[in-house]
Amino acid sequence: MESFGRIGFMLFLAFIVPTIALVLSRFLQPRFVTASKIQTYECGIKPYGSAWVQFNIRYYIYALIFVVFDIETVFLYPWAVAFKGLGLFAVIEMFLFLTILLVGFAYAWKKGALDWH
Amino acid sequence: MEVLVQLYTAILSLIPFEPVRNAINMLVPTLAIASMVLGIVFILIWWERRLIAFVQARLGPNRLGPGGIFQSFADALKVMLKEDIVTADADVILFTIAPILVFVPGLLVYSLVPVGNGMIVSNVNVAIFLFLAISSITTLGILMAGWSSNNKYSLMGGIRAVAQAISYEIPLLLSIVGVIMLAGSLSMVDIVQSQNVWNIVRQPLGFIIFFICSLSEVNRIPFDLPEAESELVSGYNTEYSGFKFAMFFLAEYINTFTLGALCTTLFFGGWRFPFDNLLGDIGLQLTAQLGIVWFILKTMFFFSVVVWIRGTLPRVRTDQLMAFAWKYLLPAALLNIFVTSIFAAIGFGVFSR
Repeated sequence: MESFGRIGFMLFLAFIVPTIALVLSRFLQPRFVTASKIQTYECGIKPYGSAWVQFNIRYYIYALIFVVFDIETVFLYPWAVAFKGLGLFAVIEMFLFLTILLVGFAYAWKKGALDWH
Repeated sequence: MEVLVQLYTAILSLIPFEPVRNAINMLVPTLAIASMVLGIVFILIWWERRLIAFVQARLGPNRLGPGGIFQSFADALKVMLKEDIVTADADVILFTIAPILVFVPGLLVYSLVPVGNGMIVSNVNVAIFLFLAISSITTLGILMAGWSSNNKYSLMGGIRAVAQAISYEIPLLLSIVGVIMLAGSLSMVDIVQSQNVWNIVRQPLGFIIFFICSLSEVNRIPFDLPEAESELVSGYNTEYSGFKFAMFFLAEYINTFTLGALCTTLFFGGWRFPFDNLLGDIGLQLTAQLGIVWFILKTMFFFSVVVWIRGTLPRVRTDQLMAFAWKYLLPAALLNIFVTSIFAAIGFGVFSR
């Protein structure tokens, strides 16, 4: 319990340090707001439309593959911790598990999901 | 126990009341490590600027204090006094939260890293898991910064940061599996103590993958696409100014130091003196008493390597970046797990310890 209490205190510190710095800076800084100063930067011209737009579908596909492999990795961690007690049996088990995943990976590769066009 | 820890324990035992002692024991180590990290960041900024200047045959900051070492403090003061501009179209709440959210995980992970023999904020048994979970929050802050700015460059920087972070997260996670397998524990203290032979000897491929991926995770050159100056002005922090901007930079330096700290802990024996178990009593004493010195020296070495890489390599292209993570690093990381598991199962050579 003590160890997690300390992590909690570190979390508190990590929040309070930037907050204090930002508040302090707020009182120390000058403030002269002009219309052109608060305009969004776009190479000196007036911004053309909003930036909150739809973006490339590529990113979404990468995110999907990421989720699959992230879960796989979560399964690998307990296996790695218990590895010493399990011996050769663990190796064979993991070979099977990874082979199934690699089939999916090979399919994604073949389909061109990993290529950036 | 280290000299500093012994001193601390001696002073602590002078306090008469048990609850007071417990409370102090809860707060002081955390404060000590947090202030150490924040202090080191200022030295890191100066060190990087001097080193990159040396690579590029310049002088770098050399005016303020011996060798210009107080330059970072002057810069921090300057940036504190700068006007903090929020653009008219930005989402003000997210725009303000984002720098804090980027900064928080950077400092928080130091509650899990052992910086010396017995010098750790909390030795939890799921340290590596927690570490990876916390450190991936940084990406969320960067996306938040990019989106809330309502600037096209910022948005692109933010999206790139996420795509890059999730692509390199997988090989990063997989490269650590080998180390965990050999140590049989997720606790960083156990991992360091298990390294009678440094893990770099047993996990060379794992280390290379880990180093490349963590370079990418902290957005350092050659993987600094989210803030590519020549393409995206300044990427996700284009619209930021004043201390909010400084926050991103502080976080980046803390994260780079974390990269070195983790390389040291996982692959280079943490706080242990090189070959301490072969040098006999002297080696063990050096490890036991001065762990923090070796830890910081090793970590500074890795930080310097990162700066050296920054001075040497150009930036990669987006398609190369993605292909490299998925088509080379991921299969290599899986291969590393296969080979390690087989060697460890049959107890081959250095794997038998």
